[in-house]
Amino acid sequence: MPTITYRDALNQALREEMQRDPNVFLMGEEVGLYQGAYKVSRGLLEEFGAKRIVDTPIAELGFAGIGVGAAMGGLRPVVEFMTWNFAVLALDQIVNSAAKMLYMSGGQISMPIVFRGPNGAALQLSSQHSQAWESWLSHIPGLKVVAPATPYDAKGLLKSAIRDNNPVIVLEGEMLYNNKGEVPEGEVLIPIGQAEVKREGSHVTIICHSKTVSVALKAADQLASQDISAEVLDLRTLRPLDDAAILGSVAKTNRVVVVEEGWPQCGIGAQVVDLIQREAFDQLDAPVLRVTQADVPMPYNKQLERLAKPSPEKVVAAARRVLYLD
Amino acid sequence: MATNVVMEALSPTMEEGRIVKWSKAVGDAVKTGETLAEVETDKAVMEIVARADGQLLKQIVAEGATVPVGATVAVIGAPGETVAAAVPAAPAKSSQPPAVSRQPSATPAPAAAPAPAPVSVAPADATRVVRASPLAKRLAKERGVDLKLVQGSGPGGRVVMRDLEGAGAAAVAVPRSAVPQPVDGVAYRDVPLTQIRKTIARRLAASLGPVPHFFLTTEVDMERAADARAALNQQLGDQGKISVNDILLKATALALIKHGACNAWWQEDHIRYWNEVHLGVAVAIEDGLITPVIRNTDRKSLLEISAESRELAGRARERRLKPEEYTGSTFSVSNLGMFEIDQFTGVINPPEAGILAVGTMAAKPVAVDGQVVVRRRLRLTMSCDHRVIDGATGAAFLKTLKQMLENPLAMLL
Amino acid sequence: MTTVTAQPAKGGGDTQAAQQRRMLRDMLLIRRFEEKAAEAYALGKIGGFCHLYIGQEAVGVGVSAALEPTDYVIASYREHGQALVRGISARAVMAELFGKSTGCSSGKGGSMHLFDAEKRFMGGHGIVGGHLPLATGLAFAIKYRGGDEVCVCFFGEAAVNIGAFHEALNMASVWKLPVIFLCENNRYGMGTAFERVAAVTDVVEHACSYDMAGEVVNGMDVLDVQAATQRAVQRARKGGHPTLLEVRTYRYMGHSMSDPLHGVYRTKDEVEEQKKKDPIARLFQRLRQDGAIDQAGYDALETEVQAEVLDAVKFADESPDPAPEELTTHVLAD
Repeated sequence: MPTITYRDALNQALREEMQRDPNVFLMGEEVGLYQGAYKVSRGLLEEFGAKRIVDTPIAELGFAGIGVGAAMGGLRPVVEFMTWNFAVLALDQIVNSAAKMLYMSGGQISMPIVFRGPNGAALQLSSQHSQAWESWLSHIPGLKVVAPATPYDAKGLLKSAIRDNNPVIVLEGEMLYNNKGEVPEGEVLIPIGQAEVKREGSHVTIICHSKTVSVALKAADQLASQDISAEVLDLRTLRPLDDAAILGSVAKTNRVVVVEEGWPQCGIGAQVVDLIQREAFDQLDAPVLRVTQADVPMPYNKQLERLAKPSPEKVVAAARRVLYLD
Repeated sequence: MATNVVMEALSPTMEEGRIVKWSKAVGDAVKTGETLAEVETDKAVMEIVARADGQLLKQIVAEGATVPVGATVAVIGAPGETVAAAVPAAPAKSSQPPAVSRQPSATPAPAAAPAPAPVSVAPADATRVVRASPLAKRLAKERGVDLKLVQGSGPGGRVVMRDLEGAGAAAVAVPRSAVPQPVDGVAYRDVPLTQIRKTIARRLAASLGPVPHFFLTTEVDMERAADARAALNQQLGDQGKISVNDILLKATALALIKHGACNAWWQEDHIRYWNEVHLGVAVAIEDGLITPVIRNTDRKSLLEISAESRELAGRARERRLKPEEYTGSTFSVSNLGMFEIDQFTGVINPPEAGILAVGTMAAKPVAVDGQVVVRRRLRLTMSCDHRVIDGATGAAFLKTLKQMLENPLAMLL
Repeated sequence: MTTVTAQPAKGGGDTQAAQQRRMLRDMLLIRRFEEKAAEAYALGKIGGFCHLYIGQEAVGVGVSAALEPTDYVIASYREHGQALVRGISARAVMAELFGKSTGCSSGKGGSMHLFDAEKRFMGGHGIVGGHLPLATGLAFAIKYRGGDEVCVCFFGEAAVNIGAFHEALNMASVWKLPVIFLCENNRYGMGTAFERVAAVTDVVEHACSYDMAGEVVNGMDVLDVQAATQRAVQRARKGGHPTLLEVRTYRYMGHSMSDPLHGVYRTKDEVEEQKKKDPIARLFQRLRQDGAIDQAGYDALETEVQAEVLDAVKFADESPDPAPEELTTHVLAD
């Protein structure tokens, strides 16, 4: 199986889906001539032309809404945001138009659209460019939200997202684009709504997604050297959550740490904890602990930034606490 | 720092305790684990042990006085330490102040103590909320473990899974005795109530009270059993003595194995059918009755049953049984033969579903093969909880028991 | 009783007079429908917000008269009139206002979210300005598919001050999309006069900013509206050129049913003065002068539309609420 980057896995997914369905098109800032701010759309303008690879002005609300209108008109748009920080300007269109169209039209107008782009912090980009939006987006009925961690998942989930008849949010990561992994050529479809155990374990479950998967795996390595067997469960889809996978792992390990890039209040982890206390109360041997970004805007200074982000060490510490070892 | 000694919950149902005797006097040095006082609970006389090292600074409760569980009865601390500071206000859940000490108190505890003393490790303090993880609570329920008796190793003394498993945990306080930690499917199986079983339970309970009893009586020919007992005792010589009751217990246990439907607990929303037989043997004590348990009776030899029942009955009369020694029985036997009672009915000990009442063995004329002969006979009356045991079920059990007693070799079948 | 359903005015075999009589009928239908809706709102049959079109009928009817049935229309929350004139039955619109399962959005959208995908009525939308990019997107889809339809987007003048307006117009012009931005300038955004909050008070001037055609239109004259729309449609169909039409009109009612007709922001005299320019009276007069209709003909139209509206109310009243199971349907598509 070829080993490719996360970026190229997304590129393959876009290319294959555009080849497969002439109604699929990509629009966003710098996606065409410039080959993509993060080069996800490299080579697509040459292959598909300016009709289907559409460079937009810097107008997130406007082109997000144009994507929604195009979907109402029968197309299957893929709207790229250079980062989700800028997409906040487009939330009116995502929340008020895309997510509700099917419902408020009494089922008449479906909304096959993908909104995608990098999410969460990269390195030293400071407060306005370092934010994780998944809890905002996962709050909205009518949306699906995926957050792939590996090249394989990125390809499989983006392809599924493009074929879905609902608005799907695809959260990528600037720090993930260069990660390499094995990805088969051609058809890779990962159903939306399925989590995956990235590492089996028996003492504690670390629930994570996107960039925090690698944090969790590193933590699991460190824990293994202390004879603690950690299971790493990658949610992959944040809405709908894979309740069965979460509960299955809790039943196995009885102890949970949830890791996410977002802030603590009303985070994805809070939602996971709600599910666990509701459905797996009698399975728990300890309160579920969360590792999140510090509850502050992201600082620029490198040391402060490191302190703000979830780290393997923070996950290890939380895992030891739920095991009553510290 | 001074440590309060509190009245501990020494039985699952204990709400208050009486200080029978102080084992340490004020001024004595005490070490963790040493007996401080003997306490009479609702079931037995137990010991309160020291949970800290130091000197017994003060006895707050006098011998003979009764105080609620959780009340401070004494204070341990460093020699010369001021006691008042260590005595907090009355225990949270007790509206009654501790019994007045006969010792004149020169420094009565102030109404508002300046600072509460650190909580001593008091695992059996029934007034505190049992802190346990949800998982530990579930496991404890499944295994019949009283969480109040388990010292938790988690934050704030929370009982967590490892405290129940004992793996690598120093603080496990599960009594070392043979409290069964049964596992579903091995020791018993839980059977959900069917609608008809629920209806029977509700209607019978309404007519007869919480436990709808019915009674079955049979008369047993004890000739062969009595002969066998005599022969065994002759053979044993000094090694021990088998009583008729021992044979009855063994036969009852074996019959229960064959009739598992009678070896069961009524659990309100389900019936627990035990795969193990733990016989409760009623023992009269001075001011009441207690039922020590012979665990796995069916698997014990007559000699073992004999020795164990004697030993348990002895300690029961001295009120020195531990809680785990008088709880957890699956069926009970009560024998009033020594009082020359012909037959009587026992009252079921919930959640058990049956009790066997044994009358006196007496020689009487009976017809055998058309001839009147004199035989040793004994009457057995079984009380059944109709929610669990139906008439024919109980009768079948009694029939097997009768066959075993009338032909002791049948016990080997 | 028979139900007369309004049809898009432009039909193949119509003579001009017949088409104009139909436009008169459509305006009358909207007026009577809205009056009945106000009554039903007062009776508690209609909930939430309810924005009436009375006074502005000529805009919806004139635009529709210039469109084909395959053209797209998308509108703001003041869209009962456009929905009716685009061919959604009075029954389905009234039932939607009543929140009934037979409504054109199955009772889930209400007054502000009327939809009929088949008739290419792409909704009423409740966030001011939010649907302008959607119109550009619909036009984008038309062009992408190589179609010759156009998309008309109705919005009020207050939406001109919001970013979405500028983003939508800019991209429509950059990409040469077949869209007509039709501003119904009724002079007040709720209770705020446009000149109090806009630096440029002639909306049409914004067309220059985005290098697109623009026209000011008398919104009280349905034939003017029709003619201007026809020119815009032609531009759009021919080369995908967008147009900004500023249609000057006036609403007789308050912003919504829960708002006053006049008071602090406009005078009663002003409203009464405007009513003298009533678009329905104006068209009737012209048709009478042309000999295309007489008083008896007008009265017959009145009787007809009143019957249609009464039928719609009866239908809405007797229709069932959506089943409780409908709460969770249509959240996601299969």
